[in-house]
Amino acid sequence: MSLRYLVSRLGQGLIVLWIAFTLSFVLLYWLPGDPVVTMLGAGGELQNIDPAEVDRLRAEFHLDQPLAVQYLYALFGLLRLDFGTSIQTGTPVTEAIAASLPSTIALAALALAIALVAGVVIAVTATLTRRSWLRDTLAALPGLGVALPTFWVGLMLLQVFSFRFPLFPAVGTGTPAAIVLPAVTLAISLSAIIAQVLFRSLQNAWVQPFVTTYTASGYSRLRLLLRQALPVAVLPALTMSGVLFGQALAGSVVVENVFSRQGLGRLAQTAVTSQDIPLVQGIVLFAAAVFVLVNLATDLIYPILDPRLGAANRRSAGTDGANLAEADAQGEGSIPAEADATPGSDATGSGSTESSATGRTDLEGSRA
Amino acid sequence: MPTFSTPTFATGSSHARRSTTATLLSVIAAGSLLLSGCSGSAQAEGESDAKPQSGGTLKVAYDVDPQCIDGQQQGTNVTLNVTRQITDSLTDQDPETGEIVPWLAESWDVDKDSKTFTFHLRDGVTFQDGSDFTSESVKENFEAIEDLGAKSSLGQTYLDGLESITTPDERTVTFTFADPNVQFLQATSTMTLGFYSSDTLQKTPEERCTGDIVGTGPFSLESFEHNKGIKLSRFDDYDWASSLAKHDGAAYLDGIDISIVPEASVRNGSLISGQIDVDTSVQSQDEKTLDAQGLGIVSRPNPGVVYNLVPKETGDIASDKAVRQALVKGIDRPQLQSVLSDHQAPATSVLAKSTAQYEDLSDLLAYDPDGAKKLLEDAGWKAGVDGIREKDGTKLSTTLTYWQDAPFLELVQQQLREIGFDLQLDKKTLAEVTAKQAEGQEEFTFGNLTRTDADVVRNYFGAEEQNSNSRKPGKIDEALAKTTSEQNADQRTKDFTEAVKLIIDEGYSIPIVELSGVVGTGENVRDFAYETSSRYQLHDTWLDGE
Repeated sequence: MSLRYLVSRLGQGLIVLWIAFTLSFVLLYWLPGDPVVTMLGAGGELQNIDPAEVDRLRAEFHLDQPLAVQYLYALFGLLRLDFGTSIQTGTPVTEAIAASLPSTIALAALALAIALVAGVVIAVTATLTRRSWLRDTLAALPGLGVALPTFWVGLMLLQVFSFRFPLFPAVGTGTPAAIVLPAVTLAISLSAIIAQVLFRSLQNAWVQPFVTTYTASGYSRLRLLLRQALPVAVLPALTMSGVLFGQALAGSVVVENVFSRQGLGRLAQTAVTSQDIPLVQGIVLFAAAVFVLVNLATDLIYPILDPRLGAANRRSAGTDGANLAEADAQGEGSIPAEADATPGSDATGSGSTESSATGRTDLEGSRA
Repeated sequence: MPTFSTPTFATGSSHARRSTTATLLSVIAAGSLLLSGCSGSAQAEGESDAKPQSGGTLKVAYDVDPQCIDGQQQGTNVTLNVTRQITDSLTDQDPETGEIVPWLAESWDVDKDSKTFTFHLRDGVTFQDGSDFTSESVKENFEAIEDLGAKSSLGQTYLDGLESITTPDERTVTFTFADPNVQFLQATSTMTLGFYSSDTLQKTPEERCTGDIVGTGPFSLESFEHNKGIKLSRFDDYDWASSLAKHDGAAYLDGIDISIVPEASVRNGSLISGQIDVDTSVQSQDEKTLDAQGLGIVSRPNPGVVYNLVPKETGDIASDKAVRQALVKGIDRPQLQSVLSDHQAPATSVLAKSTAQYEDLSDLLAYDPDGAKKLLEDAGWKAGVDGIREKDGTKLSTTLTYWQDAPFLELVQQQLREIGFDLQLDKKTLAEVTAKQAEGQEEFTFGNLTRTDADVVRNYFGAEEQNSNSRKPGKIDEALAKTTSEQNADQRTKDFTEAVKLIIDEGYSIPIVELSGVVGTGENVRDFAYETSSRYQLHDTWLDGE
């Protein structure tokens, strides 16, 4: 892990941030509507708005300038780390984000914890079980989990566990119990992703000849799975952290609205509806920055968990996501070398198609 | 080379899914009804004979976040409903009779020109921070509102033409206007002209928006967090309730907890399961469920200008008087009731029934499709092959951009099709509609305007004021001018009625439906009441603990 590598990765991260910033700026600019007029409109009642006041406020936010000039204003503000103030509320953007952050972090962290446990249990059980109906059912769950609309799941959970049986509060962030249903709702799609990836790599490991060898030498299936196959299979799941983060953030927009929670997703949603450009941009940049950092951290931790990857990195300067994923899928840690003979595995395929995540999730952020 | 080794999310359809949210939501809502139909106990809610008891926190759910909590600046209902609890006004207005009665002012004198207003203030009133409320407080506040400029659009309407404020002594304050301004007395009853302490007025408008506010009202603002909620707590020393209040002294409730719950089905479920006490925005499809549960529904039409179409003289079609008149005649208002909830009603004038100067003008709004067709025919609008009329190559067709939840417009569309008028409906976001209206390019706008005093008509339609029809001054303005100096309430109502009749006759307003806020209340909530502008006054509200 050279310093040059680190610097170049950070440089790339900055480029990603800049692209996210520029894309969101252009998108917001082209949206029909006018943030100043929206602010002055009295909640939508009939009212003629004073054009002089509109002009004055537009000038205050540089909205009267051509697109390029507005862009430069925003970009220079950004370089000075000045994110501006929200047009609708007058709160500094950093303050608004900071106020929303803790509850979203709590929600995402709990959801991720639930998703990890559920994902691992589903994948391990599906791999271990000898009952084909159970394996098929469990294997189908991830697809279902991803397909279920988050808001529908949220409303149904509320209906049953709050309105029908008053176990959890439906509204607010006041009590610890209030976080349970939102976290479960968010965890469903997250656990689906984890279970899917883990199940595939476990299956992949499970058909390797070494399994037969170990079984023959008296290893129990469970022990074999936990001690040998799982550590290997967890690695590809780790590459998902960036995606999981993106999914958690996108999901929080829906979950925070359904459960009336304060948070980043809710903030993003209201900011977009009222075309609060500085606020939306602040949130997009924040999300992109975290995304870049999560990816960077994953890549830095990876070689530590699997030393061969550091070597692979040094060996081939052109390593890309697909290669890394391939290395994960085929590297079996302490497992005998016959595994290398495996023909192109599933995990390899999914790794290469999914390596374009960076650009995609940035877009999610800007749309959220 | 560095790598981005992150696989993407396996399905790319999450956005597509979300976009169907609205459609699915109605399905869910229907499902929820079935599930929730069997929970909760039926108990009739209403005015109880029991003696009011103190204590408890009223849990209220709003549908949207008040972006700014300062009622001197923000004119939205969510904000003003909070402001009414935090601040008091010089006067109060009886929601039944429209009469202006004492509150922080014990009495007042108006000169015969209606230009000078002198208020004699009540003794012993303090702000929640302990500072005294004096004539100087009144002066400071009204000057601060003037300084807010366009940031306080309602405030500017109320204080239009204010020349000077003098304070002869601590208990007396005198306002002098350049022109007769009868509406000012009613304006002093609004929460927009409520009072903040001297310290509050030193803050910037932005700071006040975020909740740095101290008033004289029965509740003080504890906290305001965007998208999370608003907490109010009782001001124990409060002893200057309006003369309309049912009791003196501090409020019954310990506090009010307002949460922002954007999903209607969640508000409804929370109300039925007793997790909240008040849903401030009941959807019409949920009304029957609440009725079935024996929960209370309170509603009152928003006073002021009803949901109406407002034509512009600058438009190609809307500038034709015959077209405007045909539109007034071409709508079958009683039939609209079939698509409205029990708490909404078709319009019977440009003004809603709850407006102080309302008079029933439904005769002028009678359905007369033949009359409408004749008007159009005579004006040269001939039916084309598709049934839509045209004249000199111009089609009798327009696109109405609106954002409101107004399904009745589709019925209006069908009705107008009968007379050969093609009304295209284009529902957009509030931001888009407001921006379009600000451009002023549209033939017709749609909406309502809330105020208890009919001066809202002068303000909105007056050629010298906002002139929403972009028309030249005329007889309408002469009639409206009389209302600014007429001190006799009955005569003033007559003057307004004359102006409104002229407006309808010229087709400058095409009234459609009266907008009502519908509030659902839990089974323990007592004396939840509207004040005159159809916002809430919670000083008398109490929770029945049994």
